[in-house]
Amino acid sequence: MPFNDFLTLASIGLAILLITPLLGGYIHKVMEGERVFLSPVLRPVERVVYRLSGIDETAEMGWKGYTLAVLVMAAVAIVAGYAIFRIQDILPLNPGHVGPMSPDLSFNTSVSFETNTNWQNYSGETGVSYLTQAGVLAVRNFTSAATGLAVAIALIRGLTRRSAKTLGNYWVDLTRGVLYILLPISIVGALILVWQGVPQTWNGPQTVTTLQGVQQTISLGPIASQEWIKDLGNNGGGFFNANSAHPFESPTGLTNWLEIVALLMCSFSLTFTFGRYAGNRRQGWTIFGAMAAILLVGAVVAMHSEAAGNPLFPASINQALGNMEGKETRFGSAVGGLFAAATTGTSTGAINAWHDSFQPIAGLVPLFNMELGEISPGGIGAGIYGMLVIGAILAVFIAGLMVGRTPEFLGKKVESYEIKMAMITALVLGASILGFTALATALPEGLAGPLNKGPHGFSEILYAFSSQTGNNGSAFAGLTGNTPFYNITGAFAMLIGRYGMIVPILALAGSMAAKRRVAPSLGTFPTTGVLWSVLLIGVVIIVGALTFFPALSLGPIVEQLLQNAGKVF
Amino acid sequence: MQNFLRHMLAPAIALLVALTLVTGVIYPAAVTLVAQVAFPSQANGSLITVDGKTVGSSLIGQAFDQPKYFWGRPSDAGATTTNPGGYDGTSSAGSNLGPTSSALIDAITAQVDRLRAANGNAPIPVDLVTASASGLDPDISPAGAEYQVARVAAARNLTVDAVRAAVARHTTQPLLGFIGEPIVNVLELNLDLDGLLTTK
Repeated sequence: MPFNDFLTLASIGLAILLITPLLGGYIHKVMEGERVFLSPVLRPVERVVYRLSGIDETAEMGWKGYTLAVLVMAAVAIVAGYAIFRIQDILPLNPGHVGPMSPDLSFNTSVSFETNTNWQNYSGETGVSYLTQAGVLAVRNFTSAATGLAVAIALIRGLTRRSAKTLGNYWVDLTRGVLYILLPISIVGALILVWQGVPQTWNGPQTVTTLQGVQQTISLGPIASQEWIKDLGNNGGGFFNANSAHPFESPTGLTNWLEIVALLMCSFSLTFTFGRYAGNRRQGWTIFGAMAAILLVGAVVAMHSEAAGNPLFPASINQALGNMEGKETRFGSAVGGLFAAATTGTSTGAINAWHDSFQPIAGLVPLFNMELGEISPGGIGAGIYGMLVIGAILAVFIAGLMVGRTPEFLGKKVESYEIKMAMITALVLGASILGFTALATALPEGLAGPLNKGPHGFSEILYAFSSQTGNNGSAFAGLTGNTPFYNITGAFAMLIGRYGMIVPILALAGSMAAKRRVAPSLGTFPTTGVLWSVLLIGVVIIVGALTFFPALSLGPIVEQLLQNAGKVF
Repeated sequence: MQNFLRHMLAPAIALLVALTLVTGVIYPAAVTLVAQVAFPSQANGSLITVDGKTVGSSLIGQAFDQPKYFWGRPSDAGATTTNPGGYDGTSSAGSNLGPTSSALIDAITAQVDRLRAANGNAPIPVDLVTASASGLDPDISPAGAEYQVARVAAARNLTVDAVRAAVARHTTQPLLGFIGEPIVNVLELNLDLDGLLTTK
């Protein structure tokens, strides 16, 4: 891996280390309603929002109320989005004269953006109006990210409150997440992007005559305002088909660097927020370490593999730049691998290079990241709640079994109910990914999807359901996804992946909140430090590897072996 | 039921409307306003105008196949039989061909043959034979430009050094030496060679 790519990786790591305590502490204050430096401006806006919506901000919700509020909001948003997509052709702000979406595509897209997935079976340039982009999709980028954040905070409250009946107020957590956290960072980020060259206009496409005398039509739009929140909120749905590889979404090396930082900053910061709630910063930094270790290993593997190039190319080609198929010159091949690890370690799904054209092992990295449940560092909120439940709760349980004591986490006993809820979240993931992949490979509608032949075609299907169940949204994009079969199965995979985790996690949070906190004793397994970090990583990797190794063997692993043997399909 | 309507459904609908106003109307409108005032060129697509006519965007590549121009990367953006060159600004796309795809190897081999016919038998920098991710990549690598210098110089009756100097004028080095890659902007370079570039 070239040295400048190593410096890119190191500088991003340093930036995240600096941002985490600042943003993490800020998130804690905001979510607990404390005064912050933006309060003089935003507190009046917040009050108006509550008054207009008839919300009592002091009313706390139990876990059932909180869950119901999340689900009702999701249902309302999915129905509203569906309705607008179906009639976008007759609504305003449609200078490109885009037609309506089909029913199955509208369903898939509406579910996709509300579940923070941003899987896209439509074309950004020609499939959506500006009203759809800015008035629905960008709004969902804010609200779905803030919902993930709200659920994470509710879980953390459940783990850290003592003998409590309530987890907070979803309406308030959602509103604060949008107004105080996502919106201010997005305003600054969007303007930096414009400065670097990302368009921000309501004008329609421009037609120019090229130097060789051909007509070229250039798609434009309010891109910058949507671009930043797409990355920051771990949404990932690009304004255009090529996503962050499009020169209008990420025009320079600097925007690429900033977008990778944006992908990672909120989720890593939430580990510090968790430490604040737990009253022990080391709790947060230990989880930070486990997340960073998993991310780093994947990133280095993907970067190294992409920088090495494709051994099947003719010898007349100088591959010093690495595997450039599906890459942009200004980013380079290795940083394509880094972006891929960051976008799938989080639940973003933005891309700056096509994962489908990665070398087999580099393509395995995003696939495996998603199948681990996206906990390195995961989506905003979703990463920390996944890590706390699949990682921490199961790890204390296993540690408890090993030493023969009742497992405890943060001074609260972890009992059979909590383990059941944690297991549901782990099993839902595997059942949806493997179940839908099996279905697609058994039906002609499913087999019609892949572009590539051989094991790579299987990887395309496996990737699609890993991505949608994991609420990621990136793709092995050779797959033809805009068919009724993939639109509908994909929508259900996204719903299962999102709410099949959120509901048991909030149930677990409610149960933990009600427990008393007992003082640590000699037999208490400490949940800070390197030993705990290693145990966390071990549990996450073992659960993921046991579930998905057979499927991965049929896809990228066998493809790598066959590539080494010089085989093409 | 009434409880559900009042405490769940009504706030959900109202809050969605309120947050849509804030993040879907006020936010993009405010960003657009500031962007159009502070960075009007970038906000409108970094368009390049020559003699009152818009000839392209400095960020969006164009198809080139004449010997006197530097060629960009292979493009799958809207590439069809009627538009084999790609670079359709409304259809950004890559090939999505996998690393063991015979279609990929065939496409690469065809590019090698095309480039060798025009430029001779030097080793070909990989960016010139591989399809970019967006299909609109405005850049090539400095090695990719150097590979074409002799051809362009011959076609224009210029010295190789004069063409190299033009390449150098449109080469951007990575920020701080490591953020991004060294790149050559193909459209700006070709405009310069045609003597059409007034700014920069």
